[in-house]
Amino acid sequence: MSTRLGARIAGIGFWSPLLPGWPVARDVLAGLAPPPAGPPAKASARLLAPTERRRAPDTVAIALEVAAGACEMARMDPRSLPSIFASTHGDLPINDYMCSTLATTPALCSPTKFHNSVHNAAAGYWTMGTGCMQPSTALSAWHDTFANGLLEALVQAVAGMTPVLYVAYDVGARGPLAAVSPSEGLLAMALVLDPRGDANPADWRLDASVEALPAPSQSAPAPAPWDALLPANAMRQCLPLLAALTGSGDSSMLLRLGSGSRLAVTVINAAAQGPA
Amino acid sequence: MIPLAVTAFTATSAVGNGNAAHAAALRQGRSGLRRNDFTAQPLDTWIGRVAGLEALDWPQAFARHDCRNNRLAWLGLQQDGLRDAVEDAIRRHGAARVALVLGTSTSSIGATEEAYARLGVDGSFPPDLRRPEVHTPHSLGLFVAHALGIAGPCVTVATACSSSAKVFAQAERLLRLGIADAALVGGVDTLCGSVLFGFNSLELVSREPCRPFDVARSGISLGEAAGFALLERDGAAAAWLIGHGESSDAHHMSSPHPQGLGARLAIGDALARAGIAPGDVDYLNLHGTASQKNDEVEAALIAELFPATLAASSTKGWTGHTLGAAGILEAVICLLALREGFRPGTLNTTTLDPQCGPQLRLQGEYTPVGIAMTQSFGFGGNNCVLVFAQGARR
Repeated sequence: MSTRLGARIAGIGFWSPLLPGWPVARDVLAGLAPPPAGPPAKASARLLAPTERRRAPDTVAIALEVAAGACEMARMDPRSLPSIFASTHGDLPINDYMCSTLATTPALCSPTKFHNSVHNAAAGYWTMGTGCMQPSTALSAWHDTFANGLLEALVQAVAGMTPVLYVAYDVGARGPLAAVSPSEGLLAMALVLDPRGDANPADWRLDASVEALPAPSQSAPAPAPWDALLPANAMRQCLPLLAALTGSGDSSMLLRLGSGSRLAVTVINAAAQGPA
Repeated sequence: MIPLAVTAFTATSAVGNGNAAHAAALRQGRSGLRRNDFTAQPLDTWIGRVAGLEALDWPQAFARHDCRNNRLAWLGLQQDGLRDAVEDAIRRHGAARVALVLGTSTSSIGATEEAYARLGVDGSFPPDLRRPEVHTPHSLGLFVAHALGIAGPCVTVATACSSSAKVFAQAERLLRLGIADAALVGGVDTLCGSVLFGFNSLELVSREPCRPFDVARSGISLGEAAGFALLERDGAAAAWLIGHGESSDAHHMSSPHPQGLGARLAIGDALARAGIAPGDVDYLNLHGTASQKNDEVEAALIAELFPATLAASSTKGWTGHTLGAAGILEAVICLLALREGFRPGTLNTTTLDPQCGPQLRLQGEYTPVGIAMTQSFGFGGNNCVLVFAQGARR
């Protein structure tokens, strides 16, 4: 039997061009407010110095946006939090740039694009932007990226008895790569997970355990109205959890971790059960 | 921390396939570096290339995973009884109770590069490379899980050059919390255009075989490698993982913190977790890439933190810098130092940088090694330090 992994969801960050920010996303997806009018929003890596902010690729901009949002909601100093960054594909536009350049004029490869091509670029810029010297990691597990990232976040939180920051994101593919690594638009979600006993009643708790049983390889589809609000992005893997957090009651989900193992997650909505 | 048993381990790099080839090359001072003959327009540099990958007999069952990186993974898995050890662990614990945590920096981006070099007139991928499995960073994890029948959590860590060191820390937490009963960790990185021309664009690539910590060093030699280690709570241990430490520099994407603050935190964390003092470490395998900046910062840090009795060296002169595979390759070199009672020196280096303390050794030496440590520092300021010991000291 494996340990039960429990944590308070102390902060939530969310970003997509039509739902730029967790408060907007929560109200719109819960059906409490109409989608914001006006043109789609742009994420800005506001934590970074102006030169770096201008040059920040979308991967970095959306990851830092949701990470900052989750930390603000949790009222926690980002410098105190170990961080786990998860992305299915990493920076697809930079991969497209690198592969195109290598096929034609390899000697002209841009040094900035090259160092931004590492899978941990967002993690690196986050630690630089906040001055955080805590451990930081960057993971990928293809269609199971969100689940494996969430597992590692919960494991780090419980093993270290420390709150952690979990950030999951993907961007749209560009060029010939789109045929084999399909992903559209921008989508990012972040959680601050706190395993310590809480003094204040929390809005949500998350309880998970790893089960040695196969899970379906694809996540459950999101509610149909969401298709117009959220792009066909590879990080739609986070939608079951997003649905749980925008719903009113408790909910459970099974997320695939490997060919014979799954993460059984229960989200407990303490706020819906009235004051503690 | 409670030590973890390393019940099997292996490495394959430019110096040869498997542990015996590495031990012999380290003793004999035989480098695996050669003039670069990789990519259509090879850069003027030296590389650590693994021979024979192109001609490897590739099983039809793995056709959709075929690429240079997975070929190197497969070659690596054949060495030192690693596959048998994993099969045995699966038999004892069940496939779903074995986790797979692998590190890589570029995974099989070489296959994507090849597709871009052979695009159809309509700009589409050539039919033989329309395989999504090899164009994802998780290509390595997908292949190894399939090849070995591992059914537990399966994840790829990609934190540049610390990737396959961090897998030990991640696996240790999974075993400590009972999420898994065994974990196969390791990493594979292969030469590709992205790293050769990318590091060249940063002016970090040497025109000669790399000379770590030499006063006249001129940059890195890139290499490729595969390595694996099987971790369990107990068992017939070849050695024990007794500590790990991780940190971030919070300084720069491609340059280390000038005072090595992040590295210092990771070293401190690893020693504390192991419950040992700096003077307890018998051999330290350094990151030692032979880049100006890394070696300058790392040399000063070691001179300050460790007693003169420590033997520290960089083995990049044998293998080149194998990037996302450096963590596991150098962990295996530490495990070999424990097993063979041999502390490797530093190859190709003639005159040490004056920053270096007496710890930095050019010559290898036969002496019992009780505790060996390795440090890996990646782009994005990502640091990881591992400590291994002969005994568990419980």
